[in-house]
Amino acid sequence: MAENTAQAVVPEVLTSGARPSPVSTSIRGALRWLGIVPFGVYVALGLAAPTIAIAVAAFRNSSTGAFTASNFNTALKGTYLLGLKTSLLLSIATAIVPGIFGLLLAYAIYTAKRGNVLRQVVVTASGVFANFGGVPLAFLFIATLSTTGIVTGWIKDIFSVDIWNHGFTLYNTSGVFIVYMYFQIPLMVLVILPALEGLRPAWREAAQNMGAGTWQYWRYVGGPVLLPSFLGCLLLLFGSAFSAYATAEALTGGTIALTPIQIGALLNGNVLAGQENLGYALGLTMIVIIAIVMVIYTILQRRAARWLR
Amino acid sequence: MAAIASVEAGAQTPAPAAGPATRRRSFPVWRWAILLIAGAFFLIPLWAGVQFAGLKAFPDVFKQSGFVSAIGLSLRLAVITTVLTLVLMVPTTVYVHLRLPQIRPIMEAITILPIVIPPIVLIIGVLKVAPGFLLGTPYLLALVYVILAMPFAYRSLDAGLRSFDLKTMVEASNSLGAGWSTTLWRVVLPNIRTAVLSATVLTVALVLGEFTMASLALYVTFPVWIVQFEQNSGPVSVAASLLALFVTWILLMLIVAVGGRSARKRGGAQVALFTVTRQDVSQTRGEPE
Repeated sequence: MAENTAQAVVPEVLTSGARPSPVSTSIRGALRWLGIVPFGVYVALGLAAPTIAIAVAAFRNSSTGAFTASNFNTALKGTYLLGLKTSLLLSIATAIVPGIFGLLLAYAIYTAKRGNVLRQVVVTASGVFANFGGVPLAFLFIATLSTTGIVTGWIKDIFSVDIWNHGFTLYNTSGVFIVYMYFQIPLMVLVILPALEGLRPAWREAAQNMGAGTWQYWRYVGGPVLLPSFLGCLLLLFGSAFSAYATAEALTGGTIALTPIQIGALLNGNVLAGQENLGYALGLTMIVIIAIVMVIYTILQRRAARWLR
Repeated sequence: MAAIASVEAGAQTPAPAAGPATRRRSFPVWRWAILLIAGAFFLIPLWAGVQFAGLKAFPDVFKQSGFVSAIGLSLRLAVITTVLTLVLMVPTTVYVHLRLPQIRPIMEAITILPIVIPPIVLIIGVLKVAPGFLLGTPYLLALVYVILAMPFAYRSLDAGLRSFDLKTMVEASNSLGAGWSTTLWRVVLPNIRTAVLSATVLTVALVLGEFTMASLALYVTFPVWIVQFEQNSGPVSVAASLLALFVTWILLMLIVAVGGRSARKRGGAQVALFTVTRQDVSQTRGEPE
């Protein structure tokens, strides 16, 4: 080996010099992953195991326990299919509208002076309101927009119109849409602000130096950079609305045909005993939809990460 | 401060000075419109709630039967959840930042899952797989709430760790002979105090407001009690939920205000929940302090 020509010696020296390191780096490489083992185990037990349990149960017969796809035949038909459609439409609407408004609100705070009191109020309020939901939220809107609600009264006084006589109701999908905005807008503000913070002032200055106006800056610089993050946040809002249960349940008393509410009814035994596995099938259907959404979200985040570092 | 900075910048390069100046003046119109709409949308229902409950109902909340045990359980769950969340997430997030920065997108995706996986689906799954000794206690909820708190906790901590030069600090600490635990406890933690506090309050807010899982697992936490109590007295029930909302909000405001002030004193970046206000080097130079 040592008598090799100079040409061969060079790689020989290189590999012999590096020889101890591939072993140690591979050990160190494996050891590096040890640090996230507790987190990984927790997620596996708390998130993955329950999900898998539902997935398995979804394919079993409620009474016999035999494997079957019949749960899905029921889950994708009739009222359950309608529930899924309504859930999807509601979630899309409560992603797009609060998404756009939340972006505008976040931008309004972002352009406010740094450390501004207003900014702190809005950001902290967003943290609280994004977690607000369920029965208390339903109460607030019943006090506001029900037949005897405050705003209903104001509209009656000012325009002498009772909106409840003109087709308005709080207790169907359109009512749920209004109420969902109460936690969706704050959630949007929280998740889109980091992306806005990532827009460097230098980019704007550079664009201006080259003669770009506000429109051109947003069309060719700010917009394209922000777009993946914005779409990612919309998907997040979609997921949040899609998975919401307590608010719609409280507002409509469980009468609205939304998938989470149907699952709740099946598992509380309110419908018929022995239909739990239909509930699991509906749950798995939701998870599959969410999984598709998450894959798109991850791809978009990866694109966004190119600019937002 | 931003306006001053842009004027300063304008003095150096006269041409674009007119741009920022006019833009700043045209901002307030739409900005105030948005803020006004948002303010109305968020505050009117709160006000309607206060009106509906009546001010008298607020002190009554504390005297109701079942209130003490429900809030007691919720507070215990909040403490356990917060401690578990911090013990799990602080070292993990620090570790990922230092050693495995390449998996940050994966962490980002995993920790967002609890927002999008329907809680109703997750809890029935948990009830299916949880071992018997856990099923009998309400503290099972705390274990699940740790999962639910991950999206907020991870994002606050991530923002906190991005706000200062973690790598240099840790290397400096290690080269001075500090071990990992000392470094984590005495170097990293003080620097992410605001982030830890935000994560804490967001976790507490979540635990105090979570209804779906608690009600399906049949434990009477504070939100479940509110709903059960609504049948007895609507106003007191509304007052109770408003009280919880306001207390959490005030706590968060205090944390951000105190954290912000100490950050300014240290001259570091400011952490506001999920975002880091980093001053660009060029801007810091241009800004007269």
